[in-house]
Parts: sequence; structure tokens; C-alpha cells
Amino acid sequence: MSVLTVSHAAVSYGGRAVLHDIDLDVQPGQVVAVLGANGSGKSTLIRAVLGLVPLEAGEVTLFGTPQRRFRQWARIGYVPQRMGAGSGVPATVGEVVASGRLARRGIFRPAGAADREAVRAALTDVGLLDRIADPVGTLSGGQQQRTLIARALAGRPDLLILDEPTAGVDVASQDAFAGALGRFAGRGGTIVLVAHELGPIEPLIDKAVVVHHGRIAYEGAVPEPAGHHAEPGHDHVHPHAEAERAGICVAPTDRMAG
Amino acid sequence: MDLFAYDFMVRALVGALIIGLIAPALGIYLVQRRLSLIGDGIGHVALTGVGVGLLLNQSPVLTAVVVAVVGAIGVELVRERGRTSGDLALALLFYGGIAGGVMLVGLSDDSSNANLMQFLFGSLTTTSRPDLIVIAGLGVAVLVAMLGLRQALFAVCHDEEYARVSGLPVRTLNLLMAVTTAVTVTIAMRTVGLLLVSALMVVPVAAAQQVTRGFRATMAAAMVIGVTAAAAGVWVAGEVDTAPGATIVILAIAAFVAVTVAAGTWRMLRRRLHPAHQRTAAQLEPPEVVLRTQP
Repeated sequence: MSVLTVSHAAVSYGGRAVLHDIDLDVQPGQVVAVLGANGSGKSTLIRAVLGLVPLEAGEVTLFGTPQRRFRQWARIGYVPQRMGAGSGVPATVGEVVASGRLARRGIFRPAGAADREAVRAALTDVGLLDRIADPVGTLSGGQQQRTLIARALAGRPDLLILDEPTAGVDVASQDAFAGALGRFAGRGGTIVLVAHELGPIEPLIDKAVVVHHGRIAYEGAVPEPAGHHAEPGHDHVHPHAEAERAGICVAPTDRMAG
Repeated sequence: MDLFAYDFMVRALVGALIIGLIAPALGIYLVQRRLSLIGDGIGHVALTGVGVGLLLNQSPVLTAVVVAVVGAIGVELVRERGRTSGDLALALLFYGGIAGGVMLVGLSDDSSNANLMQFLFGSLTTTSRPDLIVIAGLGVAVLVAMLGLRQALFAVCHDEEYARVSGLPVRTLNLLMAVTTAVTVTIAMRTVGLLLVSALMVVPVAAAQQVTRGFRATMAAAMVIGVTAAAAGVWVAGEVDTAPGATIVILAIAAFVAVTVAAGTWRMLRRRLHPAHQRTAAQLEPPEVVLRTQP
């Protein structure tokens, strides 16, 4: 049974079509990367899958259930692009990660030993256990992103959905992050991640889907960098006019422009 | 002379303590989602409820609760849509609320200015025994909801989309917040008045978060500051004969200033003594990340 299917999905914002006729199938244990340039619609696809954006046409099923009737949200761990805008009320890393237990525990039951253990295990997985009592506002961008991954992992999901998790993340955090995803996949977990660049996650990817102008332009193995992109030691400092037109640009320098 | 030898002063103190405890417990969620002034707006709307009560010879507290709850649900529905016109819709609702209240109070039999002032700025010493029972009952209900659902309300206020993907009943929780805000505003009407109630929801939280590191600690500290300001305010007001509501709010603001100055001084001293703590973003992150995260 597929973990996630999308068939003939279409989404528009204010009358402007953002996604047309999208089909996607994710099998248990697969690690799928949704790639594409800025504005291609790749994040919208993820948000439509999660029900955060209404579908105009088509259907999404999660674990075999139409998304509209899907209720087992504890099976899904969602990692948004960034931590919600800080409001000034401090929250510790542990408190943010503990939110990840709510789907499994329900809102009325107080946190128990199993919840605290899951929070610590998730923070250990992303290498931030020593920061559990620190305010999230004092963490670097990469560490905040790892906190959000720990929050998703704390719920012990079967499917992780990540929206540009590595955008603007320092190298140490990218490695910690790739390690956590690798262990999750190793336990049989399914991953769908939207990315602009893959970096150290690339070896984990089973299937890449490239979204271009709201349509799926490519589906298959991770696209090989073409021509001089493939040369060893290539440092990606030139403009990617060619690759961008094809919508498969995944070079690290792109985040500088973003 | 012992002020609290008088029954009315004891009732005033108990009423103030209840509000001092629950207003920050609710206010922390409002501050977290940047709705610090919503209590003030709901207070404006509640005044129409007071007017309706006086006009119909019903209990003004009861009608104010009903009207404020309806108003708060309306505000929440506008907020949920997130439309840019929402800002104007709120302004219309709030000013309509206070203007309607003043007109309706004027139309009622008991239309003295003193009566209006009593609702706008509080009238703690006239709190009757039945009033106190209503305040205590509703106060306990609000407190149980705010403390019992802390993690769920925190999740919704911290990251509403994540809460939705977690399958939390986001809309129900938001409406619960709206209703408890309205209830708190109305029962605080007797203590600090409709125009100052928002201060007790927000100022203790603002003071607490100068020195706390986590959400739970901030909530606890804000409740302690709120209760202390309420108790001290009633006592000072009795001693020097000032309005209790205003005195409580002034003391809470004084606490905010004191905590902010003390925390600032402490941070400065610590930096002097341990310069190693001065790590900038540039030292923690590689250059491309620093470039990227510049706003």
C-alpha cells in the first residue's frame, strides 16, 4: 500500500494556478526528494498534501485514506521551513520538541515518562540534547531547524514530510540532519522532502521529482549534474542559467540568491 | 488601623487576587501570538453588554459576558481568515462596542457618570458576595482550561500550522481562547475596569519574560507577579486612598521596569566578568549562513 498518493492534483492561489495535474506515489520506506527552483510550486505541493492548502481538483491519500478523512496525524511528522516568528515569550528547546508528542498523546493527557523519553531521544538524534533547557531564540538557524526535526521525530512518525529543511543551514547542522534522516530511513521510515539543494542528504534519496512551473517535469533517480557541474572540485560559483531553465538546479550557491 | 478588618476590603482583596492570578495565565498565550491588545478590544465590546444589562434591568456582568463572548468569537473568525481588511473590521467592532455601551448606559434608568466609571475603571470595594462567587467560579474555570491545556494551547500559539498537521482541534482551541478572554475581561471589570484589564493580562508576562528561559517558567513567574501586584495594589490603594484598579496596574508596570533594569544590569555585569560569553552570529556560523540570515 502506498504511504502517499497524489492524483491529478491542482492548486490555485487567488485564481492563479500554481499546480496542475500532479501525480505522485510514495511507497513505504522510500526517500523522495521534491526538487525545483523558487516559485516552481514544490512547497505548495507539500502543503496541499498536508491539507494546509485546499486542493482545487484531484485527490490526495495518506496511508490509503483520502486526506479529507485522514485522522491518524501521529503517523506524520511535519518539519516546516522555519520556526514560527518569535513573539518574545521564551520557550525552551525541550518545550518546542514536546509539542511533537501531542498528536500521539492527545490534548487532555498530561505528559508522562514515555513523552519525556521520546523528547530526549529525538534531541539526542539531532545532537541537541545539551541544549534542551535553552531558549530556542538563542540557537543558530541550523540548530533551530534541527529542533524542528526533533519535534517531528518525537512523535515517532511513519512518514516525515520536510519543507526545505536545509535552506540556510550551516554545515555542522546539515550533517547532523543527514544523520538523523538516515537513521529514520534505516528504521523503515518514509521521507518526502522538498529541497533546493541536497547536500549531504543526497545519498539517501531513492527517487527525485522535479517540479517546474507547477507540473512534474522529471521523475526518477537524482538528476546528475550536467557538463562541468560534474567535474570534481567544481565549486558552483557561476550562474546556472541552463539548469534553472530546466528546473533541476540543486547547487548550494542558489541559497545565496534566495 | 487594620484595613482588612472590613468585609468589603477582604472581598476586594480576594477578587483582585483571583484576577491577578488568571489574567496573566491567559495573557501569556495572547502575548505569544501577538494579540496583546485584544483584551482591550474585547473590553470595549463588553461595555455594550453592560449597557444592555442596565437597560433591561438584568445583571450587567451576565449580559457583558454574553456580549463579550459573541464579540470575541467574531474577532477570532476575522483573525482566522487573515484578511487585510481584518484590522479595520476589528476597529469597527471595538469602537462600535464602546460607543454603543456609552449610549445604552445613558438610556438606562441608572445613567449617572459614576455608574459608567465603575465599569470602565473598576469598583473593587463595591464587590458583593454574589459577585465574588461568580468571579471565583468563572476564574477557576478559566484557570483550569489555561493550565490543563497548556501544551496544546502553546502548540497552537507557537506554530498554528504545525498544530493543524498534528491533528489538534485548532479551531476549537482558538475559540476556547476567545471565550476565556471574554470571560476574563468581564470578571476583571469589577477589579481593574474594562479599560485597564488588558494591562493585567500583558504587563506581568512582559515583566516575567525579561528573566525567564522557558514558557512554563514565564507563565509561573507572570502569575506570581500578577498576584503580588494585585495584593499590593489593594493594600496601597486602601492606605493612600487611590483607585485600586489603577494602583494595581501601576504597580505591575513598576515591577516590569524594575525587572527589566535589574536583568539589564545583571547581563552587563556578567559580560564584563566573562567576556567569553560574547559570541556573535559570525563566530557561530560559517559566512554563507550569516549572509543568508541577514534580514
